[in-house]
Amino acid sequence: MELFWLAVSTIAIGVFGCVAWFWGSNLILDRIYPPRGPNAGDNIRKANQIRPWLFLGPAILFLGVYLVYPIFDSLWRSLHNARGTDFVGGGNYAWLLNDGKFRESMRNNLVWLLVVPALSTLFGLIAAQLTDRLKWGNIGKSLIFMPMAISFVGAGVIWKFIYEYRAPGENQIGLLNAIVQALGGEPQLWLTLIPWNNLFLMIVLVWIQTGFAMVILSAALRGIPEETIEAAILDGASPWQVFFKIKVPQIMGTIAVVWTTITIVVLKVFDIVFVMTNGQWGTQVLANLMYDWMFRGTPDYGRGSAIAIILMILVTPIMIWNIVNARREVR
Amino acid sequence: MEGMAGQKSGLVWAVNIAAFLLVLLWTIPTLGLLVSSFRDRDQILTSGWWQSFSAQQATGFVRTGTGDDAVQQDGAYVIEGNVLEEGQSLIAWGTRAREPGAFQPGETAEIGDGWQVTVAPDGSYRMTSPTPFEMRRGERIFVTTGAPARLTTENYARVLTAEGLGRAFMNTLTVTIPATVIPILIAAFAAYALAWMEFPGRAILTAAVVGLLVVPLQVALIPLLRLHNELGIGKGYLGIWLAHTGFGLPLAIYLLRNYMVGLPREVIESARVDGATEFQIFRKIILPLSFPALASFAIFQFLWVWNDLLVATVFLGNTREQLVMTGVLRELMGSKGGEWEILATSAFISIAVPLIVFFAMQKYLVRGLLAGSVKGG
Repeated sequence: MELFWLAVSTIAIGVFGCVAWFWGSNLILDRIYPPRGPNAGDNIRKANQIRPWLFLGPAILFLGVYLVYPIFDSLWRSLHNARGTDFVGGGNYAWLLNDGKFRESMRNNLVWLLVVPALSTLFGLIAAQLTDRLKWGNIGKSLIFMPMAISFVGAGVIWKFIYEYRAPGENQIGLLNAIVQALGGEPQLWLTLIPWNNLFLMIVLVWIQTGFAMVILSAALRGIPEETIEAAILDGASPWQVFFKIKVPQIMGTIAVVWTTITIVVLKVFDIVFVMTNGQWGTQVLANLMYDWMFRGTPDYGRGSAIAIILMILVTPIMIWNIVNARREVR
Repeated sequence: MEGMAGQKSGLVWAVNIAAFLLVLLWTIPTLGLLVSSFRDRDQILTSGWWQSFSAQQATGFVRTGTGDDAVQQDGAYVIEGNVLEEGQSLIAWGTRAREPGAFQPGETAEIGDGWQVTVAPDGSYRMTSPTPFEMRRGERIFVTTGAPARLTTENYARVLTAEGLGRAFMNTLTVTIPATVIPILIAAFAAYALAWMEFPGRAILTAAVVGLLVVPLQVALIPLLRLHNELGIGKGYLGIWLAHTGFGLPLAIYLLRNYMVGLPREVIESARVDGATEFQIFRKIILPLSFPALASFAIFQFLWVWNDLLVATVFLGNTREQLVMTGVLRELMGSKGGEWEILATSAFISIAVPLIVFFAMQKYLVRGLLAGSVKGG
């Protein structure tokens, strides 16, 4: 109950504080430069120069403190030792390059980067095309989209249950092993099966992200001008040809957006690995490795920050691409 | 499919079936968890959830009594007992591990040395021998038993109280609601300024917001943790609210700006001509018209904060009283790895609220996704 009132009062204070700031600062601005009287025109011009910054103030403050400052602070820390007392230059990075776990993480992240966006986009495209003209298509879409609402941890439990193992000959309670056993195969401990266990972790993310890809691609498919499709059908194109040669090329831009968006998610993948294998059995990834250096045993903020900076460097190309695209669109 | 030239009914069928299979594949994992959360704990561990509704078959063995339990009857030595537990029924039985179901209930088996075993349909067995039994351990009788399927809500009662999930639920709610409401307010004003006010640096700020969209959270963890400690916020609700507000802002500003830019220019211009202040325009025109975009972001942020584990672990702390639901779930996966009735139930409680929000507000979620992504292409 105490907690409840804390939450309620925070919302109240937060909301009230925001409103008070925006409303109050505006009021003061209008007092200093009243939009009437002899200097009205001049005052309005001056007020309009200041007002945007009142509206933007809190946002800039938050973005600055919570996103921009940390980038530079992390960079600084990555060049210092574990406790941030001595400058070590590129020492942390040099250490990373020679660390087995880091190499394993880089390799795994690379495979994740190839597999997850590719499969999610592919399944999303298939799902979008298949459900688009069905009578029950919207229900189907909802169900494929649903995993999007499930937390990575929840998904971890769901899939760990599917991968559950019982000794051969026993009743399998994990769906995957039950199928394998029914087909006459040998049940496996999937999550410790190096190197394939990585794939079994990736499937979880593909399962979550496919719905996202489907929603976006389905909208793009609907946006294709009907005439191009009709013309192709009149020319005798088969449904396959219509799909691959007419539809897909026209939504390439959207496919790229979906691909890069999922790529960002993949780069930061943490929870799934954290709860399902915790990076054991050759499944370590960068985000989890960083968490290890931050919190397990004696924290080493230098090395942890260096890994974070590597992640930052990996997303930078996509960041630039997004900015370029967004600016082109504004024009 | 009407009106599509060149479509054959065979293809229509194939599409229907393929779509159905795909939907099934995507639904089954969650369904399995949901069904399991209502199952009896023993039944979860001995049979797959897809068998939940049929009678539960299990194979095992029971040891008979030993020579000490034998009684003499009609010149023969007899051991009697029952192989079944309460609620079970006997389907088949056997005396050797290789053929655990060799005999039907009521049949009699020869073991050798003149020993005979009969197991009746009610599970009572009778083992006879012309000579005294000489054995230290009882003979094994393999039984295939059936028990009626049992569905229960006990798991939920147990998890909510004993495993501390009720408390975690409140914690999650406490984290989520302020962390959803506050960024919306801050972002709405900023988005309006970026969309409809003229000032130098607007283009750069907009670009910066787009850039900040993809900054990995990991970069911010260590610096912010230290900053919070230095400011005296430490680990707690205030810290996590601030952190989620900061992390959610780029998407909020981006979504809202994109939406506000598309609002009709005439409405805003004519309001300006009529002498409305920017604040009035924002409050009376922009805010009501932007409701769909506000709702979209609210859902995103709600789902993201509710489902988050990393930020909560770092900024809130890990004691039992502080854990959010994802944190509890993670802990249970470590400590109760094999107790699927607890895991399944806890997981389902933790994903129930997001699922309800998802199904109720799907329209806005889809709209937000489209506004956030398609435009970039």
